[in-house]
Amino acid sequence: MKKYSSRTISLLAVLLGLLLASLLLLVTGKNPLDMFSALLCSLTGFDLSAPQKGFNLMYPLNWLLNCLPVMLTGLSVAFAYRTGMFNIGGEGQFIVGSLAASAVALFVPLPPVIHPIVCVIAGGLAGACWAFLPGMLKALRNINEVVICIMMNYIALYFNSWVVRTFLPVDQKTLARTIQFPASASFAQLNFGTSSKFHFGFLIVIVCLALYWFIIEKTSFGFSLRATGFNKEGARYAGMSTNTNTILSMMIAGAFTGIAGAIVTLGVYSYGRIFTTFDNYGFDGISVALIGACKTSGIIFGGLLIGLLKAAGTTLQLLGISKEIAQLIQACILIFIAIQYGIVVVLNKIDGRRKESATKS
Amino acid sequence: MDYAIEMLNITKDFPGIRANDNITLQVERNTIHALLGENGAGKSTLMSILFGLYQPTSGTIKVNGQEVKITDPNIANDLGIGMVHQHFKLIDNFTVTENIILGKEPKTKFGTVDLKNAEKRVAELSEQYGLKVDPKAKISDIGVGMQQRVEILKMLYRDSDILIFDEPTAVLTPQEINELMDIMRNLIKEGKTILLITHKLKEIKAVADTFTVLRKGRYIGTRKVADVTEEEMAEMMVGRAVSFTTEKKEATPGEVVLEIRNLNVKDVKGLPAVKDFSLSVRAGEIVGLAGIDGNGQTELVYALTGLVKPESGSVILKGTDITNMSIREHYKRGLSHVPEDRHKHGLILDFQLRENFVIHDYDMEPYVKGGILQNDEIDRQSVRLIEEFDVRSGEGKDSLTRSMSGGNQQKAIIAREVDRSADLLLVVQPTRGLDVGAIESVHSRIVQERDKGRAVFLVSLELDEIMNLSDRIAVIHDGELTGIIERKDATENELGLMMSGALRKESKQA
Repeated sequence: MKKYSSRTISLLAVLLGLLLASLLLLVTGKNPLDMFSALLCSLTGFDLSAPQKGFNLMYPLNWLLNCLPVMLTGLSVAFAYRTGMFNIGGEGQFIVGSLAASAVALFVPLPPVIHPIVCVIAGGLAGACWAFLPGMLKALRNINEVVICIMMNYIALYFNSWVVRTFLPVDQKTLARTIQFPASASFAQLNFGTSSKFHFGFLIVIVCLALYWFIIEKTSFGFSLRATGFNKEGARYAGMSTNTNTILSMMIAGAFTGIAGAIVTLGVYSYGRIFTTFDNYGFDGISVALIGACKTSGIIFGGLLIGLLKAAGTTLQLLGISKEIAQLIQACILIFIAIQYGIVVVLNKIDGRRKESATKS
Repeated sequence: MDYAIEMLNITKDFPGIRANDNITLQVERNTIHALLGENGAGKSTLMSILFGLYQPTSGTIKVNGQEVKITDPNIANDLGIGMVHQHFKLIDNFTVTENIILGKEPKTKFGTVDLKNAEKRVAELSEQYGLKVDPKAKISDIGVGMQQRVEILKMLYRDSDILIFDEPTAVLTPQEINELMDIMRNLIKEGKTILLITHKLKEIKAVADTFTVLRKGRYIGTRKVADVTEEEMAEMMVGRAVSFTTEKKEATPGEVVLEIRNLNVKDVKGLPAVKDFSLSVRAGEIVGLAGIDGNGQTELVYALTGLVKPESGSVILKGTDITNMSIREHYKRGLSHVPEDRHKHGLILDFQLRENFVIHDYDMEPYVKGGILQNDEIDRQSVRLIEEFDVRSGEGKDSLTRSMSGGNQQKAIIAREVDRSADLLLVVQPTRGLDVGAIESVHSRIVQERDKGRAVFLVSLELDEIMNLSDRIAVIHDGELTGIIERKDATENELGLMMSGALRKESKQA
């Protein structure tokens, strides 16, 4: 059988997913062209349905803004996955990351620029602590990390609510959030005069992407993590401390997601949040990691794609297509990623037929 | 001539490598034809072509005189070609019959599976070919030998006339091998044709009529088995004269390197597997541990390497008690270990070959500096080992280890472990799955290491190997040491009795 690169398969899955989504839109009586024009609008800033308005930079900036957290949660899932674990605890890590960042933002007076960075570090540490427990239980007692992670998600949800209401200054008008962060704690906006909330937090995402690539591909620590992920017994035989690896890799994964929580809270909200439901960024990270096959370049691509779908969701609403359609497209793409072996089989069939007709002619 | 299969002038190119170069294989009907070749000689590729898994770059295939195009395995099945794989493809919690009919279930008039008739048919087939299989037994309850016969029945149930056996004896005991030979002769009597893929010359001599040799993807020749000696076969296969016994000088043992004192180890089920085991290995000698599979060898090795902690007793390496140290500490203090299971322990299959070469030392100078891997150094080491130990693979050091042949994977492990200059070389089943040429080189390498003054502890299920290499032979039965004898005093018969626990020999420890 011929080998196909994960890039080819991912791209095909994306195309097939869009095709399937178009069909579903047709069935519900909507125009799939609206979907494509919304995607195009987020991508280029050019709205086909209202061409007279011309180019609007806000759309692409919002797209990139949506990419930031999902790239980080994508890195998180991918990092754990390379060590053979499934980090489905992103929601919880995201929330405690947001909580820690809020606390530092409100209580620790620091000068601008340094303040948000310290907040982000606090968020990362909180995420790492939150992921420590599932990692430790997995390493020492071989308890399935998926179950623990999911429980930790709910614990985080209510823990955050309790801490914010008990210890942080709650905004008395709404009673649903903390007071505004001091200006020093927010990321500086980078919106080129548009109403987008795109901010300098993107630099931190770039640093994280570089860090992921560097740790996994270049360091001896990454070497032993990858070995543990591929063959735990083999890594143990080689003398690697697989238990420590398991715990550390979960914690690093948790840190990435914690940073995501901090960046969203600092950059978009600027106040401490009381979560009533999950934001789904943690789960989106699973999609990103899957689409990107856990490679750095793949995660960038996957993050841009999922970010695009999220951004387009808002635009779609204006066109009378419910926001859920964007999630539906995401689901369609994921289905095709999940059945990628099937895609390989079909590709081989097509390839075989082509060769046959070539030899005949 | 009446040929069942003819593969004429088959050439198959892969990117960067010509796996089959103008190979012709003609199998006469109603005979046993052996296909012989070293690991990586192109046997598997040729069979994959016959099965429709690959398309040849050029050449033609004829089945029963008719030219055919086999584009997928179903076509091969329809032509009556069936394969008994080396690794069985059976479902453990299904019965024999359920496994055999899987994918070709007979139906009753209500559309349900007609198990009764199927069982009858399986019993008939089993009777006809002398296979002695119970159609109602569960796969998980029967031994490896019977599982193999179920695989054979699968082919017979599908009316295959041409049976391909891929390394069928690799997993069998000597008694089971003899039974299999009888079964093969029976199949011929009943009009079947057999193509036997192997590199065990003894078996070819015992059962085959003709054989074809491949070497490095090329066709070397086809001969009648009766006309050729084993030595000549080996020479055709390897391309030079091969000696079956390893040349070695008298051992000059030095001081004690490994000392095992009253070791007790439990197996995974918590039952005692190694019982009060004591043994010492000195520098410059090879001590072989003989025993039948499953008599505590695995657990003993695990305890020696730190993979499991023993219940009691101690392991002393060069005067230091290493019993409760980490695995890593074992290596640091002078242990090299060629493990029994190369896929589970020896290699990370999804790593590149070069990465597997530094699996122990990846975080030590010169392979790492300041936490960063030094790829140039890793590459240099890999290229050196590949050359010195003749490890063959598609893309050299960058090959995915999973894609390499079993023999070359084993060579890579041996290269890595021997190259680490350790005081104790613990080798377990070092030549499992290797062909004669490779066995010869591994054996002489082990003796070389002894002559360099290393202590070698060899654990093997192959008595020939133990007899060939050891200076002293220890025998284990049911977890207990049943004796240690000097190689020159050992006879196969006596060792056999000790392995079965019928004889004990207490000798004074040096």
